[in-house]
Amino acid sequence: MSKVINILYFASLRERLDTNEERVELPEDVIDIAALTLWLQQRGNDWKTLFSDASQLMISVNQQMARPGTPISTGDEIAFFPPVTGG
Amino acid sequence: MLISVQSEDFDLNKVMQTIRHCRKDIGAIVSFVGLVRDLASGDLVSMTLEHYPGMTEQALRNIAEQASQRWTLQDVAVIHRYGELKPAEQIVMVAVASSHRGEAFQACEFIMDYLKTGAPFWKKETTSNGSTWVEAKHADNKVRKRWEKES
Repeated sequence: MSKVINILYFASLRERLDTNEERVELPEDVIDIAALTLWLQQRGNDWKTLFSDASQLMISVNQQMARPGTPISTGDEIAFFPPVTGG
Repeated sequence: MLISVQSEDFDLNKVMQTIRHCRKDIGAIVSFVGLVRDLASGDLVSMTLEHYPGMTEQALRNIAEQASQRWTLQDVAVIHRYGELKPAEQIVMVAVASSHRGEAFQACEFIMDYLKTGAPFWKKETTSNGSTWVEAKHADNKVRKRWEKES
């Protein structure tokens, strides 16, 4: 069964990709964040560049910090953003 | 526990008064305020803070709760602003109340160190030449990791 998720992009990542939010339907084999990252890289250009450097990406799933191995389920809210700079 | 993510400025004294209100068991309150610092060149026009609505407050609350589990605290307050701020404006405050100063000092530092590396805010600096996103510092991650070794 394919999964439908919401992906949010923040800060410089949002600007580079010119996308703040999208709803995507994922193929069955995209089961975790690592697989999602690879799937997004397939879009090429900036998507490939920005999602290849793990050190420049932080990820959350349903508003909790996540890791490459964090599983994805339908209805999830996933967010990608640069390392945070609050405080 | 007071956790707030807001665009409005805050008054540290009012927060302190709220913490102290009707309590006689607090021995120490340690507070921190973070300000918008100008660039060395003196050119900063504004700093804009973006955040992840929904996650931000939860992340701050989670950090405050971690501090409360690690030390015996009587109260914690964290207020973090977002939006466009000018040089010298307040960005963030942390206040920690405890029976003794040791815990209050440590917990306050812990909360700031975790906030700097784990709360979803991003800063953008604007000068007359345009805007650039502030880069995260490796030093902040090292400072945070120090707490993990000490536990």
